[in-house]
Amino acid sequence: MSQHLETGPETLGGDPTDYVQLLTPEGVRVEHPDYSLDPSPELLRCFYRDMTLTRRIDVEATALQRHGELGIWAQLLGQEAAQIGAARALAPQDFVFPTYREHGVAWVRGVDPLKLLGLFRGSDQGSWDPAEHNFGLYTIVIGAQTLHATGYAMGMQRDGVVGTGDPQRDTAVVAHFGDGASSQGDVNEAFVFAASYQAPVVFFCQNNQWAISEPIERQSRIPLYHRAEGFGFPGVRVDGNDVLATYAVMKQALQRAREGGGPTLIEAYTYRMGAHTTTDDPTRYRLDDDVQRWKLKDPIARVEVLLRRNGYADDEFFARVQQEADGLGAHLREGCRALPDPSPLAGFDRVYAEQTEELAAQRDEYAGYLASFEGAN
Amino acid sequence: MATTTKMTLAKALNAGLRRAMEDDPKVLLMGEDIGRLGGVFRITDGLQKDFGEDRVIDTPLAESGILGTAVGLALAGYRPVVEIQFDGFVYPAYDQIVSQVAKMHYRSGGRAAMPVVVRIPFGGGIGAVEHHSESPEAQFAHTPGLKVVACSNPVDAYWMIQQAIASPDPVIFLEPKRLYHSAKADIDPEATPPPLWSSQVVRRGSDLTLLCYGPMVSTCLRAAEAAAGEGRSIEVVDLRTLSPLDLGPVTDSVRRTGRAVVAHEAHVNLGMGAEVAARITQECFYSLEAPVLRVGGFDTPYPPARMEEHFLPDLDRVLEAVDRVMEY
Repeated sequence: MSQHLETGPETLGGDPTDYVQLLTPEGVRVEHPDYSLDPSPELLRCFYRDMTLTRRIDVEATALQRHGELGIWAQLLGQEAAQIGAARALAPQDFVFPTYREHGVAWVRGVDPLKLLGLFRGSDQGSWDPAEHNFGLYTIVIGAQTLHATGYAMGMQRDGVVGTGDPQRDTAVVAHFGDGASSQGDVNEAFVFAASYQAPVVFFCQNNQWAISEPIERQSRIPLYHRAEGFGFPGVRVDGNDVLATYAVMKQALQRAREGGGPTLIEAYTYRMGAHTTTDDPTRYRLDDDVQRWKLKDPIARVEVLLRRNGYADDEFFARVQQEADGLGAHLREGCRALPDPSPLAGFDRVYAEQTEELAAQRDEYAGYLASFEGAN
Repeated sequence: MATTTKMTLAKALNAGLRRAMEDDPKVLLMGEDIGRLGGVFRITDGLQKDFGEDRVIDTPLAESGILGTAVGLALAGYRPVVEIQFDGFVYPAYDQIVSQVAKMHYRSGGRAAMPVVVRIPFGGGIGAVEHHSESPEAQFAHTPGLKVVACSNPVDAYWMIQQAIASPDPVIFLEPKRLYHSAKADIDPEATPPPLWSSQVVRRGSDLTLLCYGPMVSTCLRAAEAAAGEGRSIEVVDLRTLSPLDLGPVTDSVRRTGRAVVAHEAHVNLGMGAEVAARITQECFYSLEAPVLRVGGFDTPYPPARMEEHFLPDLDRVLEAVDRVMEY
C-alpha cells in the first residue's frame, strides 16, 4: 500500500530552514557556530558583481533564444548565489565538472560566456579548453559527470596532490549536479566510489526544487543531504540563495577534500525561478505563489542591502556594475550573431585522436560531393 | 635477453598487460576482483602484488561507476584499462561508453583524448549461465568514436593488448574467453607485431574466403582444414580489427576467390557480417561468383548452456555455408 502523503512537500523534504545561513533574505548577517565568516567589503562587492553579471548572461541568453539566435538555453535565474559562492571558494588548481547550467561557475573560472552560447546555438559542443580553466565541458546526460569528477579526484590522489599540506598543490574536485540527478544510478555510484577511495571530491547539489516538471518529493523522501550519511561521508544543507553561507560551507568542504578527508555532499537549497529551459512552460505544473514567495529570497538583493547598509558600496559602485553588465550584454548579442557555423567537414577529423582511413575516406567523399555543387547554379 | 615463451591466451594477456604497465606508469588497471584474486579468469594474476593497489584497482561492483571514473582518470592524464567481468555485464556501463568515452574527443573539438581500453571476455561455449556468453561487438562497432578489436590467439593477444593501451583512442578489446586456457603459442617479446588496425590472412586458399575473428578463427581454420580434405582450398582472414575495418586484405582475397562467407558468434541480424558483406559487395561486385553468406548465432537471446552447441556456429555449419556458396 502506498503511503498517503499527508505532509506538505516542505515537510517531506525536511525543515527547509534547517540549513546553514549567514545572510538572511532581508540582508541581515547571522552567525553559525560551524561556519564563521568575516568577509571583506571587497569580497562582498565581488560577490555582488559576479552575481549581477551572471544574471545578465542569463537574461541576454534567454533573449537571444527568443530572437532565434540560440536553439535553447538553460536558465539559472535564482541560482546565482549557489554558483558564485561555490565557485569563489575554489583554489586555482581545483577542477570543476559542471552540468549544463553552471554559467556562474564558468564566469568565475574565466570562461568567456560567449563560448557557453556556442553550445546552445549549435556552433559547437563546448569550445573552451577544460585544462585552461580547470572547468570541464558541459555534460548533458544527467549525473554522468559526477563519476568523471570522482575519477579525476582518484587521479589527483595518484598524482600525489592530496593531503601534502601545501596549499598551492593540494587539489579538490567539484561535481555539480541537481536534485533530479540525485536519482541517477551514476550519482549514487559516484558516492560509492568516492567514499570507498576517500577521493577528494565535493558533491555540490543545487536543489532547485524542480527536475523539469517533477518536484523534489518525487526524487526523495528525505532531505538530499541526509543521503550522504548512508554512503559514509558528511552532508550539509546550505541556504543556496545565500552567497556567504554557500561560500563558507564550500570552503570547508574543499579544504577537507584537499587535506585527504574525503568527499562531502553539499545540498544548496535554492529555487529555479525560470523555466527548466527556454522550451519549458512551468505554468503547467507549479503555482505562481511559490515563485513569488521565492522572489523575496532573491540572492542578489540581500547582498545589495548588506553593502548599502554598511556603507561598503556607494551608488557609483552599483552604477559601474550596471555599466559593466550592459557592456557584457552587448558583447553577447554581437558575439553570438557573429559565431561562425562549424565547417561541414571539420567533424570528421575530431572523432579520433588517430584518424582512421575509413573516416578520412568518408570525409573526402563528402568533400567531393560538396565540391560538385560549386559553380553549379 | 628475452626468450620465446609458450603461453596460453590468458598468460599472454597477462604478460602483455605487465609489459604495458612497465612501459608507461600512467597505465592503470580497473575492475571487479582483478586485484587480490587476479580476475575471475586470472588475466591480471599477480599484477596487483607487483604494481600496487593504486595501479591495479579493485573497484566497487558497479560497471557504470568503473567506466565513469575511468573517464575522469583519463581526463587527468591516466590510461585506464578496464576489465568487464563478462560480456553481458557491460550494459550498465553502456551509457558511459557510448555517451562519454566515445564522444569526449569529438565534443571537446579534439582537446580531450580518451585513451581507455575496455577489455571484455566475449563469446560462448563455456557452459555458463545467462549473460556470460554474449557477443556485443556490433553494438560498439556501430558507435563512432570507439575502436573495436578482437584477438584470436596468444601471440595476437600479447601484442594487441599493448597496442590498444598505447592507442590515444578508446578501444573495446574483445577476448575469446573459451580460448583463454586452451592452446599455447610461442611468444617472442622481441618480435615486430603487425599493426593493430590490420586484418591478417591466416591461411592461404583460392576457392573461397572465410572471414572471421575472435573465437571463430580457430573454428574456421579447422573448417578450412576439413574442406581441404575434400579438395577445396579456403582462404581464412582473421579480421582482428572490427572498427575500423581493414578491408584491404579482405577485398584482395575476395577478388581472387570470388566467394566469401563471414562467420561470427554474434546474432546475424545487423551483425558485423552484414557490414562486411555490404562492403565486399560494394568493392568486389564484379569479382563475386555468389552472394556473401553469413553464419552466426540465431536472432534469439543466448540460450541455456545445454543448447548452446546449436546456437554457436560450429565447423559443420561453417562448411554448410561454404557448400552453399560454392554451389551457387
